[in-house]
Amino acid sequence: MTPTATPGQTVGPFFHYALPYEGDRDLVPPGGPGAVVLRGQVLDGAGNAVPDALVELWQARPDGTVAREPGSLRRDGWTFTGFGRAATGGDGCYAFSTLVPGPTEAGRAAFFAVTVFARGLLDRLFTRAYVPGDSAALAADPLLSSLPAERRRTLIASTDERGFVFDIRLQGGDETVFLRYPGQ
Amino acid sequence: MSSIAVPAPELEPQSVISSEIAAIEAGYRQAGVEETQPRLDYPPYRSSTLRHPTGDLCDVEPETIERWAPCFGARDVDPLEADLTAGHAGEPIGERIILAGRVVDGAGRPVRGQLVEIWQANAAGRYTHERDQHPAPLDPNFTGTGRCLTDADGRYRFQTIKPGPYPWRNHFNAWRPAHVHFSVFGSSFTQRLVTQLYFPGDPLRALDPIYQSIIDDRARDRLVATYDHDLTSHEWATGYRWDIVLTGGRQTWFESEDVA
Repeated sequence: MTPTATPGQTVGPFFHYALPYEGDRDLVPPGGPGAVVLRGQVLDGAGNAVPDALVELWQARPDGTVAREPGSLRRDGWTFTGFGRAATGGDGCYAFSTLVPGPTEAGRAAFFAVTVFARGLLDRLFTRAYVPGDSAALAADPLLSSLPAERRRTLIASTDERGFVFDIRLQGGDETVFLRYPGQ
Repeated sequence: MSSIAVPAPELEPQSVISSEIAAIEAGYRQAGVEETQPRLDYPPYRSSTLRHPTGDLCDVEPETIERWAPCFGARDVDPLEADLTAGHAGEPIGERIILAGRVVDGAGRPVRGQLVEIWQANAAGRYTHERDQHPAPLDPNFTGTGRCLTDADGRYRFQTIKPGPYPWRNHFNAWRPAHVHFSVFGSSFTQRLVTQLYFPGDPLRALDPIYQSIIDDRARDRLVATYDHDLTSHEWATGYRWDIVLTGGRQTWFESEDVA
């Protein structure tokens, strides 16, 4: 008999002195070669900013390979570990300095894997922030193509002058699509 | 905890929250379908009202990036970070305890070399956090954060002090049971877990809407550590054991890799 998974619980209101760390949101030094900003706002069902959320990012390198190097907690400034963490500010906004992930297989749509935690959210939520641009790959993506257009839109980042914008709506009409993996 | 600073004279009594909790559990028993995780939509936890998705979670097969997890190593974590009683001028006040256990995946295999982070209130029930306004003393010798990496057998071990319960503003006279927050990474992104460890024999668990959001009593009991006299250390600290099981895992998709 296989063991049953341990239940999750909310991250609560007091994670700020434990989980954030220096350089947590800078997967690469801001403004460095290839650096882009992935930013967004976490919003609740009333459209209000969520000032006590935590967003985690996990992604491939620009060439689509997956980093296997440690060092996310004590960054050396040149090793790309693929992982970052950003608490939202009082305005519900988060931002990462990172590289544009490439497709892990030729022709596939590239995305940032995103996890969301917050006070009031009883378990973490998984989602994806797809890189816009490659319309053929996005159209062929198994997840995106399974969703109605108005839901699909919540998973595709938009672009601005510095990189990408990906808002996360926990609830409501434009609610972000959240994911469940097999076995959950 | 409510972040609203204005006084709320109309806070509801525990009896209202407790009857909501009981009604939800009765409905669950009647439905007869086993649940092992908390409900995201759980009205007795008032802060969840606007912060849970109303759409169904979308079932998806993990892609390559989601089958891997970030790597952590010796350069990320100092072994001293597993001792929350160290690093200050003196000893913290409170009951010194050892928290130890194993992190395994859904097939019971150890999760090796992965990051475990914990945070907790001090013995008086106060967090070292600017937003915690509970009028209980801060302890200059206790911060309440720790980290470690699991060993080759998936084991973790922390030395800390037993946290106290603390009041919050979910309802009138609401108290959180003593708990330690745990953040755990698996060998795949999909296994990410943030949860809370509770202590045996705590009467506040029955009243707590966060703990009770796991409707199934056997499931929520999985968050309760076990007193372990073999872990207790002579003339030093009492021991609590708590094993963590992550969902699925990379090995589930790549069996051959585990054999190689």
